[in-house]
Amino acid sequence: MKVSIEINGRTVTGEVEDRTLLVHFVRERAGLTATNVGCDTTSCGACTVLLDGESVKSCTVLAAQADGHAVTTLEGLRGDDGGLHPLQRAFREEHGLQCGFCTPGMIMASVSLLAHNPRPTRQQVRDGLEGNLCRCTGYHNIVNAVMNASGQEVQR
Amino acid sequence: MSIVGTRVVRIEDQQLITQGGTYVEDLRAEALTGAVHAMFVRSPIAHARIASIDTSAALAAPGVVAVYTAADLDLAPRRTGPVVEPWLAGEVVRYVGEPVALVLTAERYQLADAAELVDVDYEPLQVVASIDGALAGETLLFPEPGTNVLQTTGGEFDDRAFDDCEVVLTRTIVNQRVAPAPLEVRGAACAWGADGRLTLWLSTQNAQIARSTVAKGLGVRSADVRVITPDVGGGFGAKIGADPEPVVLGWAAKRAGRPVRWTETRSENLVAMTHGRAQQNTVTIGGRRDGTVLAFRLEVVQDAGAYPRALFLPTLTELMATGVYHFPKVETSSRAVVTNTTPVAAYRGAGRPEATAAIERAMDLFAAEIGMDPAQVRRVNFIRPEEFPYTSPTGASYDTGEYVQALDRVLAAGGYAGLRAEQARRRETGDPVALGLGIAAYVEITGGDSGGESGRVLINPDGSVTAWTGSSPHGQGLDSTLAMLLSDQLGVPMDKITIRHGDTDEVPRAVGTFGSRSLQLGGSALRQAADEVIEQARALAADLLEASADDVELADGGFRVRGAPASGPVTWAQVAGQAELTADVWFGEGTPTFPFGAHLAVVEVDTLTGKVVLKRIIACDDAGPVVNPLTFQGQRHGGLGQGVAQALLEVMNYDADGNPTTATLADYSFITAPELPDFELVESETPTTRNLLGVKGIGEAATIGSTPAVHNAVVDALSHLGVRHLDMPATPLRVWQAITDARKAN
Repeated sequence: MKVSIEINGRTVTGEVEDRTLLVHFVRERAGLTATNVGCDTTSCGACTVLLDGESVKSCTVLAAQADGHAVTTLEGLRGDDGGLHPLQRAFREEHGLQCGFCTPGMIMASVSLLAHNPRPTRQQVRDGLEGNLCRCTGYHNIVNAVMNASGQEVQR
Repeated sequence: MSIVGTRVVRIEDQQLITQGGTYVEDLRAEALTGAVHAMFVRSPIAHARIASIDTSAALAAPGVVAVYTAADLDLAPRRTGPVVEPWLAGEVVRYVGEPVALVLTAERYQLADAAELVDVDYEPLQVVASIDGALAGETLLFPEPGTNVLQTTGGEFDDRAFDDCEVVLTRTIVNQRVAPAPLEVRGAACAWGADGRLTLWLSTQNAQIARSTVAKGLGVRSADVRVITPDVGGGFGAKIGADPEPVVLGWAAKRAGRPVRWTETRSENLVAMTHGRAQQNTVTIGGRRDGTVLAFRLEVVQDAGAYPRALFLPTLTELMATGVYHFPKVETSSRAVVTNTTPVAAYRGAGRPEATAAIERAMDLFAAEIGMDPAQVRRVNFIRPEEFPYTSPTGASYDTGEYVQALDRVLAAGGYAGLRAEQARRRETGDPVALGLGIAAYVEITGGDSGGESGRVLINPDGSVTAWTGSSPHGQGLDSTLAMLLSDQLGVPMDKITIRHGDTDEVPRAVGTFGSRSLQLGGSALRQAADEVIEQARALAADLLEASADDVELADGGFRVRGAPASGPVTWAQVAGQAELTADVWFGEGTPTFPFGAHLAVVEVDTLTGKVVLKRIIACDDAGPVVNPLTFQGQRHGGLGQGVAQALLEVMNYDADGNPTTATLADYSFITAPELPDFELVESETPTTRNLLGVKGIGEAATIGSTPAVHNAVVDALSHLGVRHLDMPATPLRVWQAITDARKAN
């Protein structure tokens, strides 16, 4: 079937098998490889993107389901001034990443988290990121990154 | 002012946070144009004879380029420990997940369809799914050795070793099997060039070790294989060198005449990547009622899995058996057995967490028996600062340590006395939510392979610096750390320093990253190379300054005549314009160093449900001088997360038929953000004299300390109910069962 998806403001059209997952469409058709696949059970969240502004795990969405919708990936994230998004800046400042594999999904999930709750508590950040697994950081600095991006105090 | 010791944000991050990394699966290299996709067909049965393999249906499936089995492979067999491990199983399979065939297809989505059509006729054999089953020896995995015990060390015990003791305790402690499971699973891509060389992009911790393994496996010269390490999404020891799969892929790329790409699935990763820990340790501890331990015995049984890929694990556990304590009498032994389970190899700590878990549980068992506070029992037995360097009874040569200080600092930071008072209060009031305090004091070994590392420094004509390291970071932030060291030493700003690694054509000789060796060995190598470059540059600068080289010094990023601030400065660019400034060194003086620390864990256990909540963890991890507190703390955080996870959640389980029952992330419990508290770090820096930087490794330390701290805390929470021990992980069911059993026994 033919699908047409707006990805980071650019419309990508392609003929795909019905079973094509959104994550593979994004990675292979759109050539945007920041979005990663980390599991096959929708458990890890490495593939998290925004679909019409809401975070979804793109390994559990068919490309067909995203037909006619707008997707944002890490590559499409921008700050108000066109530079780094506050969460990108905060993840770097707070050392919220190590190997970087979970980071695109973690940042996209955090964008969604802050959109719904601009000033979360540390516990709310932890609860909000439950669906995103990280094997490197122990999460402490990821929580700091989200607190930093929301203009709140961090615990170094 | 020196930037060493200051918190410097990583140079690695810009790309990772804007475009993501370039992991194997992201590669779009020209050499991979037209690559086919690969998937291994893996055994669904733990132990079976292969009667036949029919590939005809798979070969007829859409997009299939080739299907290869053991019958096609013309590679010499390889030995794994004392046995032969097949590249692809052709006669017998010995674990669920063992590769049996390789399918190549034009498109990714065709892989699983075709792999399902490979028809393997298995004749099931009796399964050995446990250590006890292996030791019973009723079924053998390998006929040749005639036993499932493939390595034995020590064990000549003194029957009278514990005669002088007032108290003697024996306990078997299970250090459960866990899956390293880096978030990026294993992956590789490979292509043969017109020059007859294989280029292999591999998610590995050691490009050079991988090159040797792959070249040997393929029966070609090392020079005919180039391994390139792209970004690596975590390794944790399980990505050391090359597994069998890349060898088969390299062979297949040649046979098919096409580049090949491979990425395993998560389920494959959980059953086919090596596992960690998997030990059963019996401790015997004896001593006096004043807290003095007089004798300690450790008997290690290592479950090596189906193929004994890492027989150093149990002997490393023996080496580190006595931890931070000075015991008069020590005896150890180890056995490694094979079972019909996934092979076991290194995982964050590799042998040392198991030793620490055993001794730290033993100390708590001893403390409980004599009715002494576990902190006090440790104080009585610590190796004292004046005893260093200290050679342990098992032969480890500890460099430096401040063990009492580390423990005292975490107890003070945690408010230990207050926590004990709160614990007593809850017990008196019958609070169903019990408080538990767990202590672990540890020493570990870094750079323990005693190998060296390479380092090369080049000053470019514009005065910028390129440095090549044999270390191979995969998340540790080593690029930043090494750039900081060079910036400090050479007086060149960090943004003019490029660190390169992970390409065997650029760095032909190296060892790579494991055992927390990178900074102490790789960093020392670059320190030595930069020293040599400075000496070369001083001579050239002396000519430009018309001075004696002895009078020329490097200061503020340029060369001057000492005591004549108006001279020069001659810049690096000016000196580099005179001649090539480069040094290529092998730092081979590296002897192991012994980081240490103490952790205090505070848990709440709901005695009605068995649920454990980690409330606090306070950690002192001393690895000598800290180059970058940002990455140093990051390594500790990650270690704490993984160590806590082993104590509370993680276990790779098999049923009696050898079927893995935790083969997806829906079953295998990674720890999540809400299950961890904010970490409380206590700082301490005790230098070593064993390398140029005075540093020890930090990569594995916090994992080693945190697991027994949390484990001890859970047992401590239940001690007033009569619970003395329960095995990890402390899941609600297991905790509830321990409480129920203790109540029945009372």
